[in-house]
Amino acid sequence: MYTEKVMDHFSNPRNVGEIENPDGVGEVGNASCGDIMKIFLTVEDNIIKDVKFKTFGCGAAIATSSMVTELAIGKTIDEALELTNSAVADALDGLPPAKLHCSNLAADALHEAIKNYKEKQV
Amino acid sequence: MKRIYMDNNATTAVRPEVLEAMLPFFREQFGNPSSVHWAGRAVSGAVEKAREQVAKMINCSAAEVVFVSCGSEGDNLAILGTADALKDRGNHIITTAVEHPAVLNTCEYLEKRGYEVTYLPVDRDGMLDLADLEAAITEKTILISVMWANNETGNIFPMEEIGRIARKYKVRFHTDAVQSVGKIPVDVQAASVDLLVISGHKLGAPKGVGAIYIRRGTKLTQLLHGGHQERNRRAGTHNVAGIVGLGLACELAAAEMEEASGRIRKLRDRLEQGIVAAVPEIKLNGHPTQRLPNTLNVSFAYIEGESLLLNFDMKGIAASSGSACTSGSLEPSHVMGAMCVDVVLAHSSTRFSLGHDNTEADVDYVLEVLPPIVQRLREMSPLYNRKEPMTCEECQVIRKVSTVNEG
Repeated sequence: MYTEKVMDHFSNPRNVGEIENPDGVGEVGNASCGDIMKIFLTVEDNIIKDVKFKTFGCGAAIATSSMVTELAIGKTIDEALELTNSAVADALDGLPPAKLHCSNLAADALHEAIKNYKEKQV
Repeated sequence: MKRIYMDNNATTAVRPEVLEAMLPFFREQFGNPSSVHWAGRAVSGAVEKAREQVAKMINCSAAEVVFVSCGSEGDNLAILGTADALKDRGNHIITTAVEHPAVLNTCEYLEKRGYEVTYLPVDRDGMLDLADLEAAITEKTILISVMWANNETGNIFPMEEIGRIARKYKVRFHTDAVQSVGKIPVDVQAASVDLLVISGHKLGAPKGVGAIYIRRGTKLTQLLHGGHQERNRRAGTHNVAGIVGLGLACELAAAEMEEASGRIRKLRDRLEQGIVAAVPEIKLNGHPTQRLPNTLNVSFAYIEGESLLLNFDMKGIAASSGSACTSGSLEPSHVMGAMCVDVVLAHSSTRFSLGHDNTEADVDYVLEVLPPIVQRLREMSPLYNRKEPMTCEECQVIRKVSTVNEG
C-alpha cells in the first residue's frame, strides 16, 4: 500500500520533536478525521535553519510530516512557501489515493508555521 | 521474523484437517451434486453430510440449512428476502447501530425503497436496552435483526431474551452469527431464531462459503434465481469443496469448543491484563464480561490506529483497528461512535482477536513489543504531554482521558 520511501520516513521519522522558543509554530488538522500536525521553526536571515514536528495520525501523516521537514530545512521563507502538499507526496514517491486527502497536510502545517513567524516579525 | 496472527475476527487460517477433507473434491470427486450419474452421486452425499454437521452445531434439522457463498449473502438473503416476502404485512425493520455493514447497508438500501428501519442505540459498553427494542415494535414490524456477537468489541447480545420478545410480538428474528458460531455455543431453538447466518472462513473453513439457517415454514424470497438447488432457496452450483470444509469445521469447532474457548479466553485475559498493567491512559472498549472469549478491543490515548498497526506489522503482529484510515472512510468505526467513544480514542481502537494457533509465548511477545511502540508514537504526538492549552478539538481528548479505564 505504501511506497518504500513512505515506510522509511514512517519507521525512521526525521526531525521529530519540539523546538524550545521557536520562531514560528503551525498546527493543522482535525481530530475527527484522525490527523493533527504541528510544525516548529527556527529562522535565521530569512532561511529556515531548523524544523521539528509532532504528528498524531496514520502512516502517511507521519511520513509526510517527516518529509516536509527535510524539504524545508535550508530553504528561504519564500521557497518554503512554494512547497505544496502534492510536492511532499511526490517526494515520497506518491501516496495511496485515499491518503491524498486528509493525511497530506504537512505543507499546510509548514505554511501555518511561516505565517506565525511572519506575524511575530511585525 | 516472528509472525503472530491476532486478527481471527477478520478471517482464520483454513484448518489443516479441513483442507485435507476438501482436497478430493477438487480432484476425483469433481462431480456436480445435481447430476444423477456416478460422479454426481458421489458428491451429493458429501454435501448432505456437511448439511447435517452444520445443523448439529446450531441445533436444527439439516433441511433448514441452506448453503450460500458468504456471510454477506446470507444477511442479504435474510433481510431482502424477508422484506419482499412480507411486504404485504409491513415495511418496518428493527436492527442495531452496531451491526456489520452486511446488515446496515442492506437496511439502508431498503430505506431508499420505502422501508422504515429503526437502528437501536447501544450504551457505553456497547449493549442494548431491550426496553428500546420492545418499544420500537409496531404493527408494521416484519423483522428484528440483531447480531449474535459484535465483530469489533466481541460483545454478545442476549439472544434468548430478544428471541422471547420477537416471539411475543410474532416478529421474525434474524441474527448475523458470523462471529459467534465456532467461538461460543449457538442454539437456534433456545434463542428462538428464525434466520441465522454463518460464515465459513471465520471458523477454520475457507473463504467463499457460508450457510443460512431458515426455520421451517419461513417464507423468504430468493435472491439468486436459476436452478433448483437448495430446495429453490438459493440457485447456483454447489461449492462442494467449500461446503465439505464448512461442515467439518463446524463439527471440529463444536467438539473442541469448551476446551478451546477456555484456553483462548485465558490467553486473551493475559493479554488484556498485561496491557492494562503496562500502558497508562488506555480504554477497554466493549462489555467487560458479556464478550467473546477471543476478542480484546482497546484504545490508546493520543495515538492513531493505523500507525499503531503498521508498527505492529513491522514486528510481525497482525491486529486490526477502528481508525478511519483502516476503515476506508473518513470516519472512525461506527461501532465506537455508537458507544460514544471519543473520536480520538476511536481512531486508536485496536482489536486483538485470538485464535486456535495462538500461544502464551505469542501473548508475551505482544506484551513485550507493544508498550515501547505506544510510547514512541505518543512522544511523536502533539496531543501528548502538552504544555500550552488545548484547542477546542483537542479538548475532546482530554475530556475523554479523564474517563479512561472505566470500561
